[in-house]
Amino acid sequence: MNSARSDQLTETADEENDGPRVALKILVAGGFGVGKTTLVGAVSEIRPLRTEEALTDASVGVDDLEGVAAKRTTTVAMDFGRITLRDGVAIYLFGTPGQERFWFMWNELSRGALGAVVLADTRRLTASFASIDYFEEKGTPFIVAVNCFDDAEQYEANEIRGALDIDPHVPVILCDARRADSAKQVLVGLVEHALRLAAATSPAY
Amino acid sequence: MTRGRTRPRGEPLDLVTILVALGRAPAEPGRLTREQRRLLWLCRRPYTIADLASELNLPFGVIRVLAGDLLDSGLVGIQRWTSPASSAPQTDQNLLRRVLDELRAL
Repeated sequence: MNSARSDQLTETADEENDGPRVALKILVAGGFGVGKTTLVGAVSEIRPLRTEEALTDASVGVDDLEGVAAKRTTTVAMDFGRITLRDGVAIYLFGTPGQERFWFMWNELSRGALGAVVLADTRRLTASFASIDYFEEKGTPFIVAVNCFDDAEQYEANEIRGALDIDPHVPVILCDARRADSAKQVLVGLVEHALRLAAATSPAY
Repeated sequence: MTRGRTRPRGEPLDLVTILVALGRAPAEPGRLTREQRRLLWLCRRPYTIADLASELNLPFGVIRVLAGDLLDSGLVGIQRWTSPASSAPQTDQNLLRRVLDELRAL
């Protein structure tokens, strides 16, 4: 009897959490130490993820490497966050490692992404250039979120837009990546932007 | 664990590809690795590749190969997004509007 009852409880718990029906991917990019993990952690539960560094070009397309693969790859740790909305809609947030040697992962991550947040630090704006160029080239919808560090000089969004030389249609938002409501506004800004772009592509709908 | 393979055959599996067990019993359970049996068990309910990798604490690339085998043998399927409006969820305006409303309400 006892076991039957606990089975029932398990069933109920499963029904409440019956898995995503659709998962959307948002990237959080930006230079080292700009607050990517902080932003992801402010709006979602952080989960660890391991991935491997790319193999050398010579191995691309080779299916069977007979164990050599294990020696040619290094495991990279990254984080992701998940926000579960109603009706089986889940948003996955991936903080993308900023260094160039991780760019193979950017292709993987940006494919099919809803969009990207380029997190910028006014003290090191140049660290955002690579991300901005990348998403412009890939056609991934993106916004720039300026993480307002306490000890950094404060700027207006327009000054930053000018300094980064980004298109007028790309939103620039000032934020505090530590605060949940602020991080949430960043995501809202990105989804609004992605929606505008989607509507511009198929206005008839 | 992956018998040296680094890339699954067939279509590429994304971090947010959702897998779900199709309810078939494996023809030769002994041929499945312990990790694949765990994947299969977790996929009783829909699971993304990212969550599977995190849950099993295995690299994304390894999960992709193991899950690819399960797909090939018809034990799991990919949960597809179907909508009359758009073939891809990230450009589906109805879905994006819903996401926006819910994010604002969080």
